[in-house]
Formats: sequence, C-alpha cells, structure tokens
Amino acid sequence: MSMAVEDLIRNYIAHNILFSNKGYPYPDDTSFLDNGIVDSINVMEIVMFVEENFHFKVRDEEIIPDNFDSVAALTAYIQRKRTPAVQPGA
Amino acid sequence: MCGIVGIVNLNQQQPADLETAKEMLAAIRHRGPDSAGIYRDSHVMLGNVRLNIIDLSGGDQPIGNESGTLWIVYNGEVFNYVELRPELERRGHRFSTQTDTEVILHLYEEEGPACLNRLNGQFAFAIWDTIRQQLFLARDRVGIRPLFYSHQGHRFIFGSEIKGILASGEVPAAINPSAMVEVFTYWSAQSPHTFFKNIVELPPGHYLLLERGKINIQSYWDVNLMPEDETRSPDSYCEELEALLIDAARLRLRADVPVGAYLSGGLDSSLTTALIRDHTQNQLNTFSIAFSDPEFDESSYQAQMADYLGTDHHFLRCDYPDIAGAFPEVVWHAETPILRTAPVPMFLLSQFVREHGFKVVVTGEGADEFLAGYDIFKEMKIRRFWAEEPESVLRPKLLARLYPDIRRISANAAFMTGFFRKGLEQIQSPYYSHLLRWQNTSRTQKFLNDDIKSVLPPTGYEPSFRIPTDFSKWPSLSQAQYWEITTFLSPYLLSSQGDRMAMAHSVEGRYPFLDYRVIEFCNRLPPALKLPVLMEKWLLKQLGRKYLPEQIWRRNKRPYRAPISRSFFQPAPPDYVRETLSPPAIRDAGLFQPAAVQMLYDKAVSASNGQFGLSEVEDMALVGILSTQLVYQQFIRGEGMRKRCASMSAIKIIDCVLHE
Repeated sequence: MSMAVEDLIRNYIAHNILFSNKGYPYPDDTSFLDNGIVDSINVMEIVMFVEENFHFKVRDEEIIPDNFDSVAALTAYIQRKRTPAVQPGA
Repeated sequence: MCGIVGIVNLNQQQPADLETAKEMLAAIRHRGPDSAGIYRDSHVMLGNVRLNIIDLSGGDQPIGNESGTLWIVYNGEVFNYVELRPELERRGHRFSTQTDTEVILHLYEEEGPACLNRLNGQFAFAIWDTIRQQLFLARDRVGIRPLFYSHQGHRFIFGSEIKGILASGEVPAAINPSAMVEVFTYWSAQSPHTFFKNIVELPPGHYLLLERGKINIQSYWDVNLMPEDETRSPDSYCEELEALLIDAARLRLRADVPVGAYLSGGLDSSLTTALIRDHTQNQLNTFSIAFSDPEFDESSYQAQMADYLGTDHHFLRCDYPDIAGAFPEVVWHAETPILRTAPVPMFLLSQFVREHGFKVVVTGEGADEFLAGYDIFKEMKIRRFWAEEPESVLRPKLLARLYPDIRRISANAAFMTGFFRKGLEQIQSPYYSHLLRWQNTSRTQKFLNDDIKSVLPPTGYEPSFRIPTDFSKWPSLSQAQYWEITTFLSPYLLSSQGDRMAMAHSVEGRYPFLDYRVIEFCNRLPPALKLPVLMEKWLLKQLGRKYLPEQIWRRNKRPYRAPISRSFFQPAPPDYVRETLSPPAIRDAGLFQPAAVQMLYDKAVSASNGQFGLSEVEDMALVGILSTQLVYQQFIRGEGMRKRCASMSAIKIIDCVLHE
C-alpha cells in the first residue's frame, strides 16, 4: 500500500485544497502561488500534513516557496529531510 | 422505553407505602404514558411506567421469572434480544412475553452481572432477587439511559429521573455547591454527581449490587481508545465500518411501532438515514428543525437530503419566542442548569415527532465523538502543532481554520491568537485538549455568590478526573476524545439534549453510532483515519461518498447551535424571565450575586436592541443563571413538583406483602 511521496502530496492537495475527486490536475512543477492553488492557511495545512506523514519538524525558515510552492519542490524537500513512513492522509 | 423507580428498606421490614410509589411514578409519567406497574414486598418496591414499543399488549412490567424469585423493572432497549432468546429457551427458560425485558431477566438468572457484556443496547434496569434479598442496578455502556439513586438513612431510593426520587418525600431537595461549580465549568455535573445534594447517578458502564445494606459498584466497560497495532488499508477499515453501521441500524429498526429519523442536514444523520432507508420497507418519515434566524438554519441541506433520499420530511419552524416559551419546561425535564439553549429545539422536535404519531427516532448522535468531528479536536492538533515551535509566527495561522461560523471571535486575529496561546506549552497535561474550553466556561463563575464559590480552592478550579491506565500512551487525539466522551457526551449531550428532551414527549432516540461494536471499532482506529491533518471524520466521509450526494459528505461540520440570549430578549423578555432574574428572586435563591446579575441583564437588554450581542461567556452565564433559578423554583422551592406531578390511575400492582 506504500505510495510515492508525490502521489501522497497530489492526493492530499486534490482532496483537501482543490476539493476534487478527479486527482491533481496540474503538472508537478506548477507553482501553487502563481496559479492560486493555495492560500496562506493552506500552506500551513500542508506543513501539518508533512509533519504528520513524514515525521520530521518543519521550521519556519523552511516554509519558503523553494520548498513549498509545487508538488515537485515539496517532494524534493521531503526527500531531503527524511524517508517517508507511509500513512493514509487523503 | 420507560421509566423506573424503587425503594429498598435497608435494615427493617417495612413495606413501602403504595401511595408513595404512585407519586414517584406520577413524577416520571411522561417517560411511559402507556401503562404502569408496581411490585412490592416487605423489603422492596419496584415501579415502572411504560412506553409500549415491543410486544405492545404483553409487556407490562414489573416482570417476574418462572418462579417469581426475580423481578425486573426496565427502561430502554436491548436490540439483540432476538438473538439472545433461543439460547435461553434451550437452557429451559419459559417466556411469558415477547419482550427484551424478559430476555434480560432470564439472562441475569443464568449469568449474573456478566450478562451485561452480552447486551447490545441502551438501558437502565433494576432486578430484585427475593431469595438473596439483593438489588441489581445496571446502566448501559455510555449512559444513553439515566439512573439515579440516593442512600438516605434506612432507605435506598432509585429512579430514572431525579424528580422520581424527590417525589418519594424521603430526600430533601437541596443544591450541591460543588456540582454547581462543575456545571459552570463543564456544562454539567460530573459523574457520579448530580446538581442535587445526596442524589448521585450510577455511572455509565457500571452496575450496583445492594445486599444487606452494603453497596458495591463495579465497572463492566470503559472507553478504551488505544489504537490497534495492526496496519490495514483504509479501504478495509471503511468496509468494516460500513458493515457494522448497517447492522447497528438494522437492529435499531426493531420495534412494533413505526420508526422515524432525525435529519439535521449534516453527514452523520444523513448517513444513518440513508442506511435506514435502504433497510426499511415502508416509506420513511424524517424530521428536522428549521430556524427563522438564518445564522442557525440548515433547512436547505435538510430539504436537499430528504429529497435525495425520498423521505416524507417534516420541518418544525423555530423562532426566538418558541425557545423562550419552552425554556422552563425544558429545565424541568433536564433537572439541571444548562448553559446553552440547544436542548430547547430538541424538546420541541420530540413534541413535533410525537404529534406525527412516532415514538421512536433514529439519530446520528455519537459520530462526532468517536470518529472525531468536533473543532475541539482540531484546536488540540493546531495548538500542539504550534507548541512544537511556540515562537513560530506561521503556525498559529492555522487557527483561522477553526470556528469559521463564529464571526465575532474569528474577526479579531490578535484576540484569537491571544486566546489560544494560553497554556500552549502544557503539552504534558492529560487535559491539554480541554483546559482552554473549561477555563473559558469557568469565567461564568464570577456571577456565583461567595458561598458557592467557597467550595473552590483559592487557585480556582482544577480538574481531577480518574485517568485510565495507559492513558499517557494513547495518541493525543484519543486523549481528547476521552474527555469529550466522558465529560460531555454522557453527562450533557445524551442527557440534557438527548434522553430528557425526547422522553419529555415519550419519544425514544436510537443511535447506530453508539452501538458498542461501532464504538469499539472506532476506538481501535489509527488517529490518521479519524482526523488526518485537519480533515474531520475522514473515514466516515469515505463511507459517506458511497451513500450521499457530494454536497453533504463534503460539507464542513457545523456545530449544532440554537439562538441564545436573543431568544429571551427579542423583542422583549417574557414576564417569567424578568421575574426569575430580578434582584429579589436572585436574593431569595442565594446562589448568585444580585448586582452582577442585574448588570448582565441590563447588558442583554441593550445588546438585543443594538448591533452587537453578548459575548460567548456572557451568553452562557445568562442562560446558566436563568436555568439555575428555574431549577431552584421548580425543585428546591418545589413549585414544579406540586404543579406537574399528576396523579395516577390504572396501575398493575403485584403486592407480595399481602401474601407474607
């Protein structure tokens, strides 16, 4: 049942932020901010999602577009920080 | 469904007076208007008023076993009685009725108190063993049905409602100051306390044995929220939840009268209604409350759901004066002060249901507690998330996710942050999730008079509940759920908003989510299936997708609320509100500070004419003071007892005193 990190992120954003059953419709390098996919509160929800599912702490200074602005950026960030322990999250 | 009362003589053989027994039954007649019965011998009196639901003609109580050595009076339903009966018949028991009552009696005969582990239902009952001269009292696992008792001198007195005990004349009505402080902290007295001195409840999941004057109370079930170790796929959990809920709903349709359903417009009752619709032959009738105030109204969702399910739906329209008008009657039935008006619409709804000829309704109660639907769980998660980095300026931004409906608070971000920052880092406290709410509610205590406040330690109120073994190993969500279930669901929701409001009009609520198999399943779930990130009732929503339109299962939880101070002050306060809160009335009861109450009253009057209402705490204080004063008038001064307890006739009496 283990899912790739990017799949977990896409699922989470599709369900919880886009409110869509049809999956995440954008390419992985699409900017969340430029395309109005997330607002500032959504970003913090994503931080909580990351901590809950990947079991490491995200520091304020890491909450920057380089790490959190696209599925690809987030995946890379998570992989740099830790190997995931998979939990259902979306 | 019924009501029960009883008296046991502890150290002398003196039969209870039959007139006393009748007065006790008369006080709880609303619980069972269809028939009444009394068993009496030299040691004990057992009484019952019955609402016929199963075995309409043959189930009158008290019921004895084959030899007349055991007698039962019973309130509630054991839904799996159909499955339990054949085994008892094989063991040689002869049944004289088709009831669940008799199944319990014979099962007790076979297994003693261990019989409770086999009962799936909502119940409170008493069995008298004439040979051992022993009384057995028991209450269902989460306290759906009430049971109170008082141990006064040489008598032990019990009843489904406190007014039944007071009607015995053996227990003077007096307020318990510690319980009053509990009400103004937790919204209700905490088990086993009641608002009344010398009257306690049998806690949920417990039984009591009384033999030769000695009381022995034992727990047979507790809320255990330790998740299982096993890792399964979300789909497999979802399938199991579905199977359990279908069976829980199926069992709850067992009745010899038609069963209706409440439909609030939210996920839980929509899902239970959908399950029932799929398992009922007849046209299903559904009921809901529509508020004239759009801030509270959910009728468009209710209509949408009723339309989708094809039920015959009935709306009860509720306006401010309806709430103010019914409030004294609501307090009479609740037998405790209440800090919200939310019980009132439930009271009006049960009346409406009864007028439509229904005695039984299925509702969605319990899903928010056991599957994590409430904002308090999200609040706990956000505060823990924030406490990880207390200096973070970004983490508290998630608070804006909370309470989107309560505009007055969320409009002010600085206030919100300041409020939720309190005690942020006390993450080791077992009460972490609830401390903030309790501290907030306890701000209403400033209106209490000094005598009542003197029960408080100088440092203010400190919670001191029994903490389950291994509690510190439970996930933080489980810990939060535990307090929500034990301090709020059982003593407040199931009582003041549940049993009492429905039984006020002889209506029985049935709750598929409170089937103990569903509860135990939910309690074993990993927290990530209940509340991943901030997605409440995640697993239930997955199931909801299968049965419900997307707008319903996807909707964010809206707390069930009713208009508060506005109900009493728009357009103007009714006479009874003015009189009950007047300085002489406040002084007469001696429970609150008259000057402070007067100022609150004046503020409520001006608030109702202006743009801004009262604050949340002021609203709670106002409703709490008004209801406390009404409890005082009705029960302590006894006005309600005199006015409302009608006399009884046509009682089945089994009097063994004559034969001894």
